[in-house]
Amino acid sequence: MSAGGGDELPRWVSLALLPLINIGCALLASALVILAIGEDPVAALGYLVQGALGSATGIGYTLYYATGLIFTGLAVAIAFHAGLFNIGGEGQAYIGGLGVGLACLALGGWPWWAALPLTILAGAAFGAAWGAVPGYLQAYRGSHVVITTIMFNFIASALMAYLMVNVLIKPGQMSPESREFDPSLSLPMMHEILGAVGLEVEQTPLNLTFFLALAACVLVWFLVWHTRWGFALRTVGANEHAALYAGISPQRMIVVAMAVSGALAGMVGINELQGVQHRLIMNFQAGIGFTGIAVALMGRAHPVGIVLSALLFGALYQGGSELSFEVQTISPELVVVIQGVVILFAGALEHMFRPALARLFRPARPAAATGGAA
Amino acid sequence: MTDGATPAPHPYAIELVGIDKRFGPVHANRDVTLRIAAGSIHGLVGENGAGKSTLMSILYGFYQADRGDILVGGRTARIRTPSDALALGIGMVHQHFMLVEDFTVLENLMLGAEGGALLKDGIARARAEVERLEKAYALDVPLDARVADLPVGLQQRVEILKALYRGAEVLILDEPTAVLSPPEVVELFRILRALKAQGRTILLITHKLKEIMAVTDAVSVLRQGQVVAEFRTAETNEMEIASAMVGRRAELTVARGASTPGEVLLSAEGLSVTDARGVDRLRDASFTVRRGEIVGVAGVAGNGQSELLEALAGMLPVSRGRFVLKGRTVEAGSRMNPAEARALGLAHVPEDRLKLAVVKAFPAFENAVLGYHDDRALARGPRLDWPGVVARTAGLMERFDVRPRQPRLRTSLFSGGNQQKLVLGREMERDPDVLLVGQPTRGVDIGAIEFIHRRLLDMRDRGKAILLVSAELDEILALSDRILVMCGGEIVGELAAEEANEALIGRMMAGLARQDGEPRDGGAAA
Repeated sequence: MSAGGGDELPRWVSLALLPLINIGCALLASALVILAIGEDPVAALGYLVQGALGSATGIGYTLYYATGLIFTGLAVAIAFHAGLFNIGGEGQAYIGGLGVGLACLALGGWPWWAALPLTILAGAAFGAAWGAVPGYLQAYRGSHVVITTIMFNFIASALMAYLMVNVLIKPGQMSPESREFDPSLSLPMMHEILGAVGLEVEQTPLNLTFFLALAACVLVWFLVWHTRWGFALRTVGANEHAALYAGISPQRMIVVAMAVSGALAGMVGINELQGVQHRLIMNFQAGIGFTGIAVALMGRAHPVGIVLSALLFGALYQGGSELSFEVQTISPELVVVIQGVVILFAGALEHMFRPALARLFRPARPAAATGGAA
Repeated sequence: MTDGATPAPHPYAIELVGIDKRFGPVHANRDVTLRIAAGSIHGLVGENGAGKSTLMSILYGFYQADRGDILVGGRTARIRTPSDALALGIGMVHQHFMLVEDFTVLENLMLGAEGGALLKDGIARARAEVERLEKAYALDVPLDARVADLPVGLQQRVEILKALYRGAEVLILDEPTAVLSPPEVVELFRILRALKAQGRTILLITHKLKEIMAVTDAVSVLRQGQVVAEFRTAETNEMEIASAMVGRRAELTVARGASTPGEVLLSAEGLSVTDARGVDRLRDASFTVRRGEIVGVAGVAGNGQSELLEALAGMLPVSRGRFVLKGRTVEAGSRMNPAEARALGLAHVPEDRLKLAVVKAFPAFENAVLGYHDDRALARGPRLDWPGVVARTAGLMERFDVRPRQPRLRTSLFSGGNQQKLVLGREMERDPDVLLVGQPTRGVDIGAIEFIHRRLLDMRDRGKAILLVSAELDEILALSDRILVMCGGEIVGELAAEEANEALIGRMMAGLARQDGEPRDGGAAA
């Protein structure tokens, strides 16, 4: 029956207007919070935008944060296309970073460009393994992937704490950090790259990995929408019975999709460790895996959307820390609240305004369905 | 009007006058006027999308008409919700039953009419009233049985009882026979006639013209949202009604030449399929399908036909026995990967196309290659050649008359019949040697049925082996060279086309007869 369907929106409404309305509501709710503690919301918003986008340094940090979020956003999106909700990006990023770190420690003295393929491989392999195990448990044992990936986040955290404190710690110091990677392994920083072509910018953590993230977007887009594997992946995600009918093994696809998802999350380690920290530390991935879920949801699990929402969340990270620095009464915790409100409206309540918009735009619907027999 | 005198009984139970309804650009009902004589059985026929369901939904309060009036017993009525309709004495028996499976029959009947916060009194009152109704209409249903344990024929009676219990004077039945075996249909018609004899009015929506002829007093034909013809059943015939439905002379049966069966392409020996709970869904099926023949599988839906098709297509493992597809044997305890089966030249049109054969969220062109995406001809390097696939799909839509001809349109926006043609086209254009096809014309228009039947016979004549599962006996009889009859997961008989007739197959389907036509011991159709 054609009436009451209600989920058919013109593309531009679904892709542009709806996210904008959601962000608008999030800003409004944040403004109320800021008003409630007696600050001026307009000024606060000004600090936030200024901090994130007002200077080359701000933009650099925003893009640096966005880099990690693109990877974890893509990771969640790939799993999402296979019908899986991968909550374990956090743990997969953490363990992927372990792989990157071990590779860097082993490859001391190699030039970065020679080591990079191997460190990428190591990070991807570690992350993939951490994703594939919950995938296997889902596919062949029926343990729900949401539960198991959450559990794997805790296991990853405990495992890393053990390794950092007992095994990988640099001898003769208190803080759980590995020895520094060989300087030759450090990825080029963005200010160095731009400096080489004659552009002077401030030093920020933004590095070569940002381009890797963009390349990963293209790769995911190509894989999901233009290959047989992607077709099989989307079929499993949309209708498992039809996948079986088509000769695709849903079980195998679930394991592989979770592995690819974990591999993408593992790339966070390239950005944070080989790019910025130059040693293995604890909790370098803090929150990037979780925020990736919101990034993927808001970006509609599409690489273009993911880049845009990663930029938004990167700007919130960066602008938020500027904001709490500038306005003493706005603590970093309150900034987390503001980020949470954005996640709430853009992620969890993503479809709240959909029915209303659908009613508004209904006359524009295509004339395909008929009012025929039930 | 206001003098309080008893009004004379109005000749029409229901009058729909000038009903007009649009859904956006779709004009579902155009100025429809329909008068249903009180105490009659009135048939409403039309192809998919002709507007039958919309019209009934307006009468039952699911939708509001844009224009037009509804008169109940001569009085203008405003029906905004189904409960308004119920209050006016209009009850509906849906095609898909609206019953709580875990409740008993009595609990289902009381649902929404419990009669107070405490159930005790309500139950006693309901039981007395329902028993009275059962007696009045000879509607035997065990009141304390769980609905899930009842066969569909009885579940349908529960639906009818439910409407009567709510005081329905007018009963709308939407495709009531779709799920019934032939003896159950006979039983239903007996009940309908009993209801009519008691003065109730029945509106029967169906696409089976035989049933219209068998049970109705008058029939209205809808086409493209309009009433295009009205007949007194006694003064018309199937051909006349069918022609009115499609707007041209309709061919009800396709001419079928003699078959020339060749080598065996598909055979099964003691093939069994067991479900997760250890229940045999298919038991000891043995048969062969040869080149150049159509083997029909008759049976009421849910008697093992789906499992038969899915096991042969490689979707379910064989639990006992074996089958041989073009020389490849699949033994008990294994299954053939559907992709391997396709590579061997098998194509499968499943019974439940929405669940198995298409991904509703995908555009049509993606579904046009589902199952064949590993075909090298569709690839360009590592990529799937989507522009090429779109072009192919456009051709397929042309050849199989899929409407609208928009390969990029989302599959869920096509009507059921057009989705079916897309699936049939995908599987038949691969030119398979063995075609498994379930319910090929379910939900498909009369014009398209003719087309699909022609294509199937054409494949047979080109030396393909076809296994056809259908709940429509007419279809089985029209196409099959041999007929297997299934009941309770078993093949209860195999008949040559010449010796088959509807009555015999019907009794076998209901489990009342075996191959030799003798009644089965203790032959209840449970």
